[in-house]
Amino acid sequence: MITYEWLYILAGSFFAVWSLLSLRDTANNKRLGNAAFWGLLAASFLFGSHLPDFGNGLLVLAMVGIAGAGGLGRSNPETTSLEERFNFSALLGNKLFLPALIVPVTAVAGTLLYNYTPLGDTGLFEERRETLILFGVGVVFALAAAMVWLKAPVMAPAEEGRRLLDSIGWAAILPQMLAALGAVFALAGVGDVIGSLAGQIIPDGSVLLTVIVFALGMALFTMIMGNAFAAFPVMAAAIGIPLLVEGYGGNPAVIGAVGMLAGFCGTLMTPMAANFNIVPAALLELKDQNGVIKQQIGTAIPLWVCNVAIIYVAGFLLWN
Amino acid sequence: MNYWPLAGIAIVVAGFALRFNPLLVVVSAALATGLLAGLEFVSVVEALGAAFNDNRYISVTWIILPVIGLLERYGLQQRARGLIESVRGATMGKLLVIYLIFRQLTAAIGMKDIGGHPQAVRPLVAPMAEAAAEKSHGKLPDAEREKVLAMSAATDNVGLFFGEDIFFAIASILLIQGVFESAGYPLTPLQLSVWAIPTAICAFLIHGGRILAMDRRLGRLPE
Repeated sequence: MITYEWLYILAGSFFAVWSLLSLRDTANNKRLGNAAFWGLLAASFLFGSHLPDFGNGLLVLAMVGIAGAGGLGRSNPETTSLEERFNFSALLGNKLFLPALIVPVTAVAGTLLYNYTPLGDTGLFEERRETLILFGVGVVFALAAAMVWLKAPVMAPAEEGRRLLDSIGWAAILPQMLAALGAVFALAGVGDVIGSLAGQIIPDGSVLLTVIVFALGMALFTMIMGNAFAAFPVMAAAIGIPLLVEGYGGNPAVIGAVGMLAGFCGTLMTPMAANFNIVPAALLELKDQNGVIKQQIGTAIPLWVCNVAIIYVAGFLLWN
Repeated sequence: MNYWPLAGIAIVVAGFALRFNPLLVVVSAALATGLLAGLEFVSVVEALGAAFNDNRYISVTWIILPVIGLLERYGLQQRARGLIESVRGATMGKLLVIYLIFRQLTAAIGMKDIGGHPQAVRPLVAPMAEAAAEKSHGKLPDAEREKVLAMSAATDNVGLFFGEDIFFAIASILLIQGVFESAGYPLTPLQLSVWAIPTAICAFLIHGGRILAMDRRLGRLPE
């Protein structure tokens, strides 16, 4: 049976290659930090299942220490020039989109085939894990197809991938870290505490009002923190899971997915999300640094109302 | 009831708002929450390590970077620009609505870096929208010109935010999955990502409608 462990070995070897390439990259004066950070992540993928919990905890603390001390730098691996890229794009045309399409097509078509044909009876994949495993398969197919088609140098995918990874930097593990925070919150009973507090404030039995408080909390926390990812574990532990799912028996998939999107409406309205809202105002040389936000409020508010309606209708009325 | 673990939430909110390194904020919040709930330091580190290890699948998504990077090496960004440029000559409303759907659809199949403010909005979308608006409505007053540019950037954001979650292998979807799984509710990425579709349609209708309304309003400006 193919499990996540296979996927972790694949990802672990990618990160190990990136760590080694970082180590060799003398043009980056923080190369040791990069090599150590991606090396630790590779170790987590390759050996995490065999390490004791405390060892994995120390590994996390070490990665956070490197990132917190500013130990990561941006790399600039050798690549094609802008002019060469223009020429290639004219030569290759819209077919350039095709290799990227292989990934979602493999994963979605594979998942459908696996679940709705007798293929599923073979038990080839670990239960509920088939989509992400097939995503990994799709990446391998897409890489192979692109390499054969483009006849690229052998190390090109690794170096180009490293360029993109280093532009993301430590933020690459932030979502995983936030999910871990959610688990620690659950262990410490944060959800129970807030659930009981909120239960006293929100009138008993009002599903719609609870949905509104949940979606409003997502949007407001996102506006304060500038990040819906950070707001999600907090609001899920506080209201989403204890009240909406457990208390009122709502559909967890709708509450999770659309709750996150209610947070995205908050992202449209906050200067704290500088990359999306303040940086473009500067790039476009607007006089008003909040000019972009002002154009977004008119979309964000009605869309937030839509999200509340979707959670209420699809998560409760149609579900029960 | 022990209310102290709530301090962890306060740390997350304050730490992000004060712009500390988010990884430091998150780990401090986790350690503080565990200690205040009465756990030993070693057990908190163990809990954090176990939870990080259980959620490794969220970071698996980065293995797509070599594919995207390789295609960029051979001009993916330039081809996307070519596609956007091919609608030159359209009205400002039509141009931005087409860009909105283009951004939503490419993000929905995992190509979220194909647009963006430095790569597409500043060099391409904003100047094209401005030129199209002036072609239909004549020279714009400064305040209106700024609104057209700002609307171009807004369209990029709306298209990205309300397209990307349709792609199942994206961090936000897997984060939702991780949080619910930790709480005892196993979900699959596709179960979650299909629920991004209704909101994506609403976003297209609302924002698309606002773009077209702006184009009409510019046409009614007094000369």
